[in-house]
Amino acid sequence: MAANARVNEIGLSRNDYKGGVSTLCQGCGHNSIANQIIAVAYEMSLDPHQVIKLSGIGCSSKSPAYFLNRSHGFNGLHGRMPALATGATTVNRSLIAIGVSGDGDTGSIGLGQFKHMVRRNVPIVYIVENNGVYGLTKGQFSATADYGQELKYAGVNELPPIDICLEALAADASFVARSFAGDSKQVRELLKAAIAHRGTAVLDIISPCVTFNNHEDSTKSYAYGKAKEEPLHDITFIPFYEPIEIEDQEPGQVRAVKLYDGSHLMLKALDPTKHDPTDRMAAFRLLEEAREQQLFITGLIYVDENRATLPEISRLVDTPLVHLPPEKLRPPREVLDEINRRLTCCN
Amino acid sequence: MSTIQDLPLEDVLAEKPAVVNDFQIMIATVNGSGSQTANTVLLRAMFRMGIPVSGKNIFPSNIQGLPTWYTIRLSKNGYTARLEDYHVLVAMNQQTAADDIANLAPGGACYYPEEWNLKHERDDIVYYPMPVKALTDASDVPANLSSYIANMVYVGVLATMLNIELSYIEGALDYHFNGKAKPVQMNMKVVQAAYDWAQDHLAKRDPYAVEPMNATEGRLLMDGNSAAALGAVFGGVTFAAWYPITPSTSLIDALREDLAKYRIDPETGKATFAVIQAEDEIGAIGMVVGAGWAGARAMTATSGPGISLMTEFAGLAYYAEVPAVIWDVQRMGPSTGLPTRTSQGDVLTCYLLGHGDTRHVVLLPGTINEIFEYGWRAFDLAERLQTLVFVLSDLDLGMNLWMSDPFEYPDAPMDRGKVLTAEDIERAGRFARYEDVDGDGIGYRTLPGIDHPLGAYFARGTGHNARAVYSERPDDWVENMARLRRKWETARTLVPKPVVDQVSGAEIGLIAFGSTDPCVVEARDQLSARGVMTSYLRLRALPLEDTTRRFIESHERVYVVENNTDGQMASILHMEYPDLAPRIHSIAYSDGLPLSPRWLTAAVLEQEGR
Repeated sequence: MAANARVNEIGLSRNDYKGGVSTLCQGCGHNSIANQIIAVAYEMSLDPHQVIKLSGIGCSSKSPAYFLNRSHGFNGLHGRMPALATGATTVNRSLIAIGVSGDGDTGSIGLGQFKHMVRRNVPIVYIVENNGVYGLTKGQFSATADYGQELKYAGVNELPPIDICLEALAADASFVARSFAGDSKQVRELLKAAIAHRGTAVLDIISPCVTFNNHEDSTKSYAYGKAKEEPLHDITFIPFYEPIEIEDQEPGQVRAVKLYDGSHLMLKALDPTKHDPTDRMAAFRLLEEAREQQLFITGLIYVDENRATLPEISRLVDTPLVHLPPEKLRPPREVLDEINRRLTCCN
Repeated sequence: MSTIQDLPLEDVLAEKPAVVNDFQIMIATVNGSGSQTANTVLLRAMFRMGIPVSGKNIFPSNIQGLPTWYTIRLSKNGYTARLEDYHVLVAMNQQTAADDIANLAPGGACYYPEEWNLKHERDDIVYYPMPVKALTDASDVPANLSSYIANMVYVGVLATMLNIELSYIEGALDYHFNGKAKPVQMNMKVVQAAYDWAQDHLAKRDPYAVEPMNATEGRLLMDGNSAAALGAVFGGVTFAAWYPITPSTSLIDALREDLAKYRIDPETGKATFAVIQAEDEIGAIGMVVGAGWAGARAMTATSGPGISLMTEFAGLAYYAEVPAVIWDVQRMGPSTGLPTRTSQGDVLTCYLLGHGDTRHVVLLPGTINEIFEYGWRAFDLAERLQTLVFVLSDLDLGMNLWMSDPFEYPDAPMDRGKVLTAEDIERAGRFARYEDVDGDGIGYRTLPGIDHPLGAYFARGTGHNARAVYSERPDDWVENMARLRRKWETARTLVPKPVVDQVSGAEIGLIAFGSTDPCVVEARDQLSARGVMTSYLRLRALPLEDTTRRFIESHERVYVVENNTDGQMASILHMEYPDLAPRIHSIAYSDGLPLSPRWLTAAVLEQEGR
């Protein structure tokens, strides 16, 4: 570490959060997201040793190699990252899990695991880098592709898209947000809120594929995203270790969402009558209406800080299970003696 | 009451001597009728009399209303294999009664409800009608329990007719109901009434009887699934994920019960374990692999169809080198097969589970005691070898009650394998996850959360080099596979060795594993009585090690006995020892039932041309 480099609260420089060089296409939205993860981890002073990076298979799932080199990573199976995350976060509840998935990974092969992870409220930041297309296999439609969309290789998509946020909401997600890879600031703010959230935080980030799906008529293109992005709120995330900024806002226009770690997510609704992120039915309505109009809504769509997480439901000891000493794991000899005594003939 | 021929017992026994503690009882019922309590109480009562017993439940894949059979074998010689013949029949299922009676051994005894007004078509068996309905109606149990209590009628009648003292029945009921007085009394009332009725109304005309012995003192009766769960608890299991599937479900049920009893932290009242019911077997194994990677002792239990679903993750765990334990309580395949019948059909599948060049360590317990032992030892092996360890049980071992010696406490502290601490890495100044530092093919791993800038690595199923970095270089691939091969050779030296009974002068050897052991033991005695001496090697694990090679080399002909159709273990032996292949012959059979000694004896004699 360079002696005069700028460091964060735990003495690490931004470089300490970097990963390997990306092998994805130039200009891929996924790279931008990886960069925002680096920025946010640095700004939030996350201990990289306490972070685990998990992914499935696909372009998106390669990206954990491109951030946080000092964190353990597990590049698993196509669509099965939720199961790996469930196991790892249950046995070590002090870890911060960041999962990176794609629309094929989450919306098709892994839809079942995704919904069950959400339902269990596994503590993880679950990012879907959503581009509506299979990149590695050269351009087939994914299940999130737009209705009626045309692709050179795949022809016309005649099936309605699966909406990741709607699926998450239907599975009782405790945090659902959508953003756009080109909106770095919003991605960062939502990432911070997601990291501070204690259950599953689903972050569906439209991340256009520059190679296979960047036609202007696709909702997953940069042009479309820039033109049709409809931010829900201006978001200012205020971590608990910084003084809370008072913004110059009209009373009644600010909605504060208290996060589990004591921090607050301050939402400034553009139209305060438009959306309350603690109102699940409103979130459904919002997403359905946007779907009908092929619009994408960005911002925090739903949050419930009260839902218990899987380690809480499992009534685990506070010490991570993997740190328990042997004497807490193997009952003493007397216990087996007593079992034998009770079982053997003829007591 | 019904009419019976009043021949004095002595007249019958004068013709045919009494058969004591050496016969099989068949109880034919309808599933869902609660006969399981009655059957296990009978079994345990005779076990408490000191008589070697074994019980087998042959049940349908159904909740209620289909035929179920329970066999209780008594053997003064200690044999516990399945007998094809049965000598005492309790016919409680009118649907199957015709067949059940037709198959009763000549000279046998048939007990049945008198309400059936059964025609006595066979003259070479003894019929005993029982007033099941009258005795049940006379009891003052609530109506919703009357069908359960009806089964106690045959318990009481058999107690009289086989000569079981009621104190043994009461002791068994007390054990069954965990000392709860009320259900014990309620059941005993019916047993007593039936006992008294039989004393007054039935004359003994068949030769089958029991007598107290002293052959079970200090032994216990348990099913394999319960023993596996208990073993896992003493192995320090911290994580289990599963999806319900017969016949493995009761393993996890037992595990949850045991963990709740023995692994709640006394200081906080909280759990030092997690058991998660997954959405399917893919989820279950995925969670287990995630937990194993993070440093937990993680396990799942499943059966054939679940193993199929776990295939892709098994390959990942093999190649990313993640420790975890998979119990496969085998049932009949292919496909859904016979879900409630036993087989040893997953041997090859588990051994080679996964695409590409994958092979797994497989433990093959053959007794309840070994099941308990492998319950904890599997974790030591998995963490030492940083790989999956499969434990192959089956429905017969897993769900039936077997006699066993008491369980032995693990003889060594838990072996957590090669795990580096931050201090280790600081001292070394470097870390490469898949480097073969010790030459045994096993690298050093770190766990997530390690507090060192060089401590992390990226686990992956993609091609990688010694530093766990993605690599498509041919030499990296070849080197890695060669190291995995060295690890496999290390595994050979660590897995449990076979149990061998080498008989000098025996030309032929038998090789078997798992639940077929009781069958082989008994068939060997039958063969020896016919002048055919055999040696016996019982495999307890894969990969094979040299004991097996030497055993095959030292016999002219070796027969591999297994409960499947294709002779899967024989194929593995052929594959591993191609030079010895001509000596290795397969004796494989599978029809859903445990192998019988009579069949095995005949099969060996046939192959021997005798």
